[in-house]
Amino acid sequence: MKAKREVYLDYSASTPVDPLVMDAMMPYFGEVYGNSTSSHHQGRRGESAVEEARERVARILNCQPAEVVFTSCGSESDNLAIRGAAWRARRQGKAARLITSLVEHSAVINTVRQLGELMDCETVTVPVDRQGIVKADRFAEACRGGAAIASIIYANNEVGSINDLALLAAIAREHEVLFHTDAVQAGGQLTLDVEALGVDMLSLSAHKFYGPKGVGVLYLRDGIDLPSIMTGGGHEGGRRAGTHNTAFIVGLAKALELAYAEASERLARFRHLRGKLVDGLLSRVAGAELTGHPENRLPSHASFVLPGIDANALLMHLDMNGIAASSGSACKTGSPEPSDALLALGYAPDVAKCGLRLSVGSATTEAEIDYALDVLVAAVDKIRGLKREFAT
Amino acid sequence: MNAGETRVVVAMSGGVDSSVAAALLAREGYDVVGMMMRLWSDEALGGAEHNRCCTPDQMRIARSVADKLGIPFYTLDSKGVFRDIVVEYFIDQHRAGYTPNPCLECNRKIRFDWLLRQALALDADYLATGHYARVARRRQGGWLLKKGLDPGKDQSYVLSVMGQEQLKRTLFPVGDYPKSEVRRIARELGLDAANRKDSQDLCFLGNNDYRKFLRAHAPDLMTPGPIVTSAGEVLGEHRGLSNYTIGQRKGLGISYSAPLYVLALNPIRNALVVGKRHELGRDRLVAERFNWVSGALPAGSFRAEVKIRYRAQPQKALVQPLEGGRVRVEFDAPQRDITPGQAAVVYQGEICLGGGVIAKFDDEQESLEPKDQAVQFIA
Repeated sequence: MKAKREVYLDYSASTPVDPLVMDAMMPYFGEVYGNSTSSHHQGRRGESAVEEARERVARILNCQPAEVVFTSCGSESDNLAIRGAAWRARRQGKAARLITSLVEHSAVINTVRQLGELMDCETVTVPVDRQGIVKADRFAEACRGGAAIASIIYANNEVGSINDLALLAAIAREHEVLFHTDAVQAGGQLTLDVEALGVDMLSLSAHKFYGPKGVGVLYLRDGIDLPSIMTGGGHEGGRRAGTHNTAFIVGLAKALELAYAEASERLARFRHLRGKLVDGLLSRVAGAELTGHPENRLPSHASFVLPGIDANALLMHLDMNGIAASSGSACKTGSPEPSDALLALGYAPDVAKCGLRLSVGSATTEAEIDYALDVLVAAVDKIRGLKREFAT
Repeated sequence: MNAGETRVVVAMSGGVDSSVAAALLAREGYDVVGMMMRLWSDEALGGAEHNRCCTPDQMRIARSVADKLGIPFYTLDSKGVFRDIVVEYFIDQHRAGYTPNPCLECNRKIRFDWLLRQALALDADYLATGHYARVARRRQGGWLLKKGLDPGKDQSYVLSVMGQEQLKRTLFPVGDYPKSEVRRIARELGLDAANRKDSQDLCFLGNNDYRKFLRAHAPDLMTPGPIVTSAGEVLGEHRGLSNYTIGQRKGLGISYSAPLYVLALNPIRNALVVGKRHELGRDRLVAERFNWVSGALPAGSFRAEVKIRYRAQPQKALVQPLEGGRVRVEFDAPQRDITPGQAAVVYQGEICLGGGVIAKFDDEQESLEPKDQAVQFIA
């Protein structure tokens, strides 16, 4: 086989589990197996592991442990926040108006859309600028009419741009609108201090910061009484039923702690590698354009449009050379659509089919960046060189 | 060339044949890459795609076959090129009163051009497909296109558009096997696709669904018009010319003293010309846009066998190359359903020499004279 080398540049999609995290989880697959709600010794051990994890997460988020709700993933956290807020408004006899932006994760977009359809909620979508940053004046305008919740992404998954949450959350508070943020991409890279950010709710997912897949968090500010969307036992203070996934919850807490220990050093390395990637690509691939904000973006995240280069074909060429990358428009069924995010940023539909996302991580090396750039330049040349050869 | 250093892109459809083609190559140790073209998605036909990433069944199967074989698998967005080339051609030909065979146009312009170029750009040495045909090296140099080993499954007809540039880069791994053996290999390898129908029937343009397609995309072709005899007598009303094909007997919806057959489609008058069985036969045709597989125009007339439909038997004929990419074929015996738009493909024994598109007959806009001799039909 010709492809030997493997280079992973898709850390924004998922990260490998840190070995220290795995070690922390292991006892909860074996020796500690009790249900955390049981009163016996096995149950108490499980419960204490979950509660200790909750405290550790709370320290990173600068919140009370009781404000941390464990869920099964980032999407569930988004669902609980938005659905819960819509139901809460209905329970209070208020109109469940929902505010969000044009460049949210699909967990937010589709939840809002469904509530609009099934619950007849009024939905308001706030535009973004060319860099993907939510327009504060338009957000304020949207909040003026009141709402059950406003959900604005912290850092965008496709273009990496970081929203000014403190500003937006303050606007929301002024209009007494609950403010939620999907911080799934931000986790491990940006501050999650909920007091500094001023948010009421915040979603996280462990697998974006070297924790396991299948576990997430919703920070839920004390005093906000959301109806549970997963009903059953009284787990998580009645906010989320279901037996605790003890091992994964422990893994999430460990991964979050590791991510915020010596973070500045790691993030400086990410920025350096990312910069090398961006400079190399922009200087070597004619027509390439960086998407999102040039500086105000996730340290690990680089995103581009390469006009004329179909994202599906490019990802195929990269994969054939062992490089894992992604695109907001690529699709496993060969039916790519223009990226909604790039369209929202104002790119033309044919250009919005040509997005490329490369994200660096803990194992990325300079040599890998060099290799990836060489492969990318060659792949773009080949795709551009696909002229008619056998015309009959 | 060492197999492990030879990269082969296999066009996979999710059907048995292309799955086994991929499996045979993987077993030989080639560096195999599975590829599937997404040719069409049509909401008007009920293939609604509310999700950005729907997973059509065929694609899921092909992906799981590739996974079992441990080869990479990619899908290519080919909708634009398919629409611009094959679908346009298909509709235009119908509009002009032809009965086109879209598979040939797809092979000519998409599979063995567009897809082949994608494969070569991926550093592939060959493109392989699941067709029942064979490529052989000529003693004098160059490449021959031969029928598949299984006479019942031979698909060289739809490959008659290929030239030397294509053949030298093409592999037909199942062409050396009978279909029963291919099915056995599929079962032996535990390929999910073993019990699925033949890939030939998968394209919506290639089977009877094409009428549904035309109704949705070229409704003008469904304009009713008169059904007339060759003498001009009006017998009834047809449902749009594209619903009929030459030689068709069933579904005309008229009662007459003798069984009636479709003789011709006249798009100018939007008339369906019908007649009795003896009016149907013709002993010659002219084919246009003729492709000679060897790339060289034969010096003069020669004896050969000619197939006028994918499912027809080859018939003995004299083949005479004309100017302008045209070829005249004179059959030893009249043929019942020579259909403008279908391909006339020329063989000598196992070897496919090439093919062209059957032209309209010079007399076709006139009323059709009854043939002066009784003709024998081959079923």
